Amino acid sequence: MDKSKSAGRAGYYLYMIPGVLGFVLIVLVPLIANFAISFTTWKGGVIPPRYVGFENYQRLLHDAAFWGSIQHTLLFIISMTIVPIILGLVLAAVLFDYISAQFSQTWSSFFRAGFYLPQILPLTAAGVLWAWILNPIGIINAVLKAIGLDFMAKNWLGDATYALWAVSAVIVWVQVGYCLVVFMSGLARVDPSLYEAAELDNASWFARFRAITIPMLMPEIFVVALTTLIAALKVFAPIYVLTSGGPDNATTVPSYLSYYHFFTTNRVGYAAAIATLQTVMTIILGIVFLRMQSKQAEGGH
Amino acid sequence: MATASSISTHTVSAEHRVRSGFGRWVVLGILLVFLAGTLFPFFLAAVNAIKTPSDYAANGPLALPRSFDLTALKNFWATVDFPRKLFNSVLISGCTAILAVVLSLLNAYAIGIGRVRGGQGVLVLLLISIMAPQEALVYPLYYMSKQVGLFDSMLSVILIIGVLHTAFGTYLLSSVLATFPREIIEAAQIDNASRWQILWMVIVPVLRPTLAVLATFFFIWTWNEFLIPLVFLVSNNNQTISVAMGVLTGANTQDPTAIAAASLLGITPTIIFFLIFQRTLTRGVAVGAVK
Repeated sequence: MDKSKSAGRAGYYLYMIPGVLGFVLIVLVPLIANFAISFTTWKGGVIPPRYVGFENYQRLLHDAAFWGSIQHTLLFIISMTIVPIILGLVLAAVLFDYISAQFSQTWSSFFRAGFYLPQILPLTAAGVLWAWILNPIGIINAVLKAIGLDFMAKNWLGDATYALWAVSAVIVWVQVGYCLVVFMSGLARVDPSLYEAAELDNASWFARFRAITIPMLMPEIFVVALTTLIAALKVFAPIYVLTSGGPDNATTVPSYLSYYHFFTTNRVGYAAAIATLQTVMTIILGIVFLRMQSKQAEGGH
Repeated sequence: MATASSISTHTVSAEHRVRSGFGRWVVLGILLVFLAGTLFPFFLAAVNAIKTPSDYAANGPLALPRSFDLTALKNFWATVDFPRKLFNSVLISGCTAILAVVLSLLNAYAIGIGRVRGGQGVLVLLLISIMAPQEALVYPLYYMSKQVGLFDSMLSVILIIGVLHTAFGTYLLSSVLATFPREIIEAAQIDNASRWQILWMVIVPVLRPTLAVLATFFFIWTWNEFLIPLVFLVSNNNQTISVAMGVLTGANTQDPTAIAAASLLGITPTIIFFLIFQRTLTRGVAVGAVK
């Protein structure tokens, strides 16, 4: 009986063959190949790659564009993770705890849908739209002129001082909806009587937000933080469409830099080194985060 | 029954709560202003796409259109061969969604129901698919696809993105299937159903709503995917809407009504999709995120 059961169990392995085969061919082998290429110099053509050891990595350490891209990534962590989470939490709490109660569920669903919309657009289409809004003769400047603030009109994407902030603003616009939607569904499992009891005790909205909403949403905050953090380290399409990393590398990110060297300058080995470092950073960050989460979950039980 | 009772408690409690008079309208007003700000770019695209260039030049981007002109929309439609891009996007997203759901389901069947040894290890390995930036895979894949003659084919994009999405699907479905009632499966086994039959005739029917949500998400994620289609679909005839919009850069120099028209057309399919699947999308994202 026992034997037949374990033999039976082995049969389930057959079902994993397509998925595992796909993973090996499309993720594992390319990842290892990319790692190997990062130790070579290669133009990508018929001339085979030549082993150069750590040369690409040494060059990276002296590449101002690369260090800049790391700094920009840190800023994008703020605009992709921290700001949207804060805005999402406040909006979710207002919609759930105030609008649904004071008005109706319909209003709150309506707001939720509206704020979510930017999140599901193709980033490239949103990028074209925003590039037009932010360009020197675009909408923002037209509005500023119309209300007499001509001096504030800027070349938002073309001036190194503002380009990074302009791109960040677009990213916040995209990301808030995701946080909001996840937080609102998390709130759906909170017992409404908790809020009522707090209200009867005359707890202010902010006190309820701090004492009920945030602690109850901790699992969601963790998940959203992890997923948006990983996304922040991979930002590519908004940069490609809005600024192409410019002006003068002022908005470049590792993803864009490696894409640029892979396919424009054909410095394949160098690009592979950037992509490898990016992968290592992401995986380390992911592991640290998952560790923190499992520790927190253990502490909670 | 559970839902009915929760609804009734909710209405009772709502009556107990004080509805303050004026303050609530202020909060609503502030939210409406925020929402208007969020949706303003869509409004701008729609308003300016139907103006004549001279109307735009005379009255600026913020004025409501005084002319009605579909030339800009028609031009963009024709020059980028929009119907073709639309078809490609639907084909690629649809096939990818199906592929990813099937692969995820098969993986999850072995891990969640079969409880195969090493199943948890596979889940940890699959995390790489989620975490690794696509840039770290793209060049070897590009090279491999050229070797096997799949470069510049929609099939290459379907296979790559399908496999990448499988990681998330496997996670979600494994945790769902791990709690699948064993009695149902044992009953089917007693009736001499094979594993294959149990999967398709017992599990899939029960799981259908979850699979539909998953497929909807895979569809929209693939629709918006940019780097992989950008690299692999070089010929105009194979490109998706996302890529067609991405390579419009340099659009700044064009006539503004043309840009408005382009962005309007670029976002319209997604907005239609959103209106149809709004409930699935706004609720389902959370199902995926928290599991």
